[in-house]
Amino acid sequence: MLLFIEQCLNGLQVGLLLFLLAAGLTLVFGIMDLVNLAHGSLYMLGAYFAATFAALTDSFLLGILLGLGATLVVGMAVEVVALRRLYGRDHLDHVLGTFGLILFFNELVRMIWGPAGMNLTLPSWLNRSIEILPGVPYSAYRFSIIVVALVVAFLLYVLVMRTRIGMLIRAGASNREMVGALGINIRLLYTLVFGLGAALAGLAGIMQAPILTAQIGMGENILILAFVVIIIGGIGSIRGALVASIFVGLVDTVGRAFLPDLLKLFLSPAAASTAGPALSSMLIYVLMAIVLVVRPEGLFPAARR
Amino acid sequence: MTAFFTVRNVFVAVLVVFLLALPVYTGLSGNSFLLTLFTRIIILAIAATSLNLIMGFGGMVSFGHAAYLGVGGYVVGILAYEGVSSGFLQWPLAIAISALFALIIGALSLRTRGVYFIMITLAFAQMIYYVGVSLNRYGADDGLTIQRRSQFAGLLDLSNRVVFYYVCLVLLLGTIYLVWRLINSRFGLVIRGARSNDRRMRSIGFPTFRYRLACFVIAGAMCGLAGALLANFTNFISPAMMHWTRSGDLIVMVVLGGMGSVFGPAIGAVALLVLEETLPLMIARLGYPLFGDLAVRAAEYWQIILGPLLLAVVLFARGGIYSLLPRGGRD
Repeated sequence: MLLFIEQCLNGLQVGLLLFLLAAGLTLVFGIMDLVNLAHGSLYMLGAYFAATFAALTDSFLLGILLGLGATLVVGMAVEVVALRRLYGRDHLDHVLGTFGLILFFNELVRMIWGPAGMNLTLPSWLNRSIEILPGVPYSAYRFSIIVVALVVAFLLYVLVMRTRIGMLIRAGASNREMVGALGINIRLLYTLVFGLGAALAGLAGIMQAPILTAQIGMGENILILAFVVIIIGGIGSIRGALVASIFVGLVDTVGRAFLPDLLKLFLSPAAASTAGPALSSMLIYVLMAIVLVVRPEGLFPAARR
Repeated sequence: MTAFFTVRNVFVAVLVVFLLALPVYTGLSGNSFLLTLFTRIIILAIAATSLNLIMGFGGMVSFGHAAYLGVGGYVVGILAYEGVSSGFLQWPLAIAISALFALIIGALSLRTRGVYFIMITLAFAQMIYYVGVSLNRYGADDGLTIQRRSQFAGLLDLSNRVVFYYVCLVLLLGTIYLVWRLINSRFGLVIRGARSNDRRMRSIGFPTFRYRLACFVIAGAMCGLAGALLANFTNFISPAMMHWTRSGDLIVMVVLGGMGSVFGPAIGAVALLVLEETLPLMIARLGYPLFGDLAVRAAEYWQIILGPLLLAVVLFARGGIYSLLPRGGRD
């Protein structure tokens, strides 16, 4: 039972981390109609920046803040230099162009930081376990990820639904020309939205860095997961992204932990130990396929444009 | 009436003659590296050609096409491991099982459109990738070495590099011919019609779903053959054959060469893989007089050039290399 609670919390943590990534992806997709495969590269850059700045300043928090700022700047620069030109084009163009960006960023990171990964060491006040419920110890750091991600999700909700900027973002998503005609600088708005997405991806990368090290290609596997999330949730819907990411995080983590044991009830131990890991890594893709077959637009389709 | 000797036709003819004559040159000069490189290029060109059939002509952007490379490869590898090394059995099975996978994947994925289709094909490819990773009996993550290449009862000796090269080349030309015949047939017209306006095609009475699915399955089968060749070529199978970046590479080849032209993907495969081999050298050679040792160091990071190059192709040369060649005839 204890293990189950712990695995559920881990699943929640993984899911919320995924949400940070997926929220940016779905914002960019919903508003600019851009499929950005290079989103994972920003996640990777965030981790590298934070690790570097933390080492330079000798401060974990300062490293995180500087890393976030740097990722934001890089994200906006990429939008201005390259991605802006892809708006309004075919999705295939997006896939291809941003695939090129992945190659570029992976190589750039290898050039600057070398092929070996980088560690972001936790300060002692996070590197311990706390008792979240009486008798249930849990890693303080993972718990803080859950808290931070929930706070960010709330702030994002407030930003999009309750502020003027958010109103413009939503208006830009439903009718780009009209917003432009009303005198809003839509290009600047898009750059800001992209920067916001980049910062969210960077934050996810930064928070992941102490658990796994910052390494080249770290963005790609989780990127595919984030795409699974936004497909399940419905492209363009932040609410859908939140629900789907927690769902995916839980299914993936809990599935990995318990599916092999579950299979042993039905199969021979040998067959179960072979099929278990395979099935549990396939689980979320199966889930996505089922969702797409049943509801081709995702669980929470964004309002029609 | 368009002229026969257009720049495009001459370019394609030169490429085909070059590919046909290559073993003669490598035989004389003893440069076996070139032969190996081009065998790989030709095999991947088959895969790219098959992707072009669905992507370029059918408008179905599959981001999981490498899965069939893997399926075809694994069929050959697993049969070889279990002691069945007859190519007469291995190759048709590789094609049939790839087609079966394509049938299942296509039947589910073709219900969706646009980005959803891109992503669901990616998801299926990932599933198959993880199946490969978990096949403990067949090497799991590390892959499996194939001890003997496919046997053709003494008719063809695939362990001979030149013979293997020509087998691949003939199959590439056959695939391209087949695609050409397909897209110019009634079937192909329906596929192309469904691409430009699916609703209209349906309302004039074509069950486009079935047509598209058939097209998807044919492409999967062709790519399965490429997978069987690839397994024979490397004498090795591993999940890396169907990594999602490989699917990305295939898309790049198709778009780089020219989507929706029969020879485009082959040109794209040659261009991309030759570029991969020569770019480091070019950076070092051309950059050395200007930047000295820095250029030599930079050559190691050639992908930093390749990435933006891809972006530039997308931005400025939408139709790929093939469209850059003058059409001839009317213009």
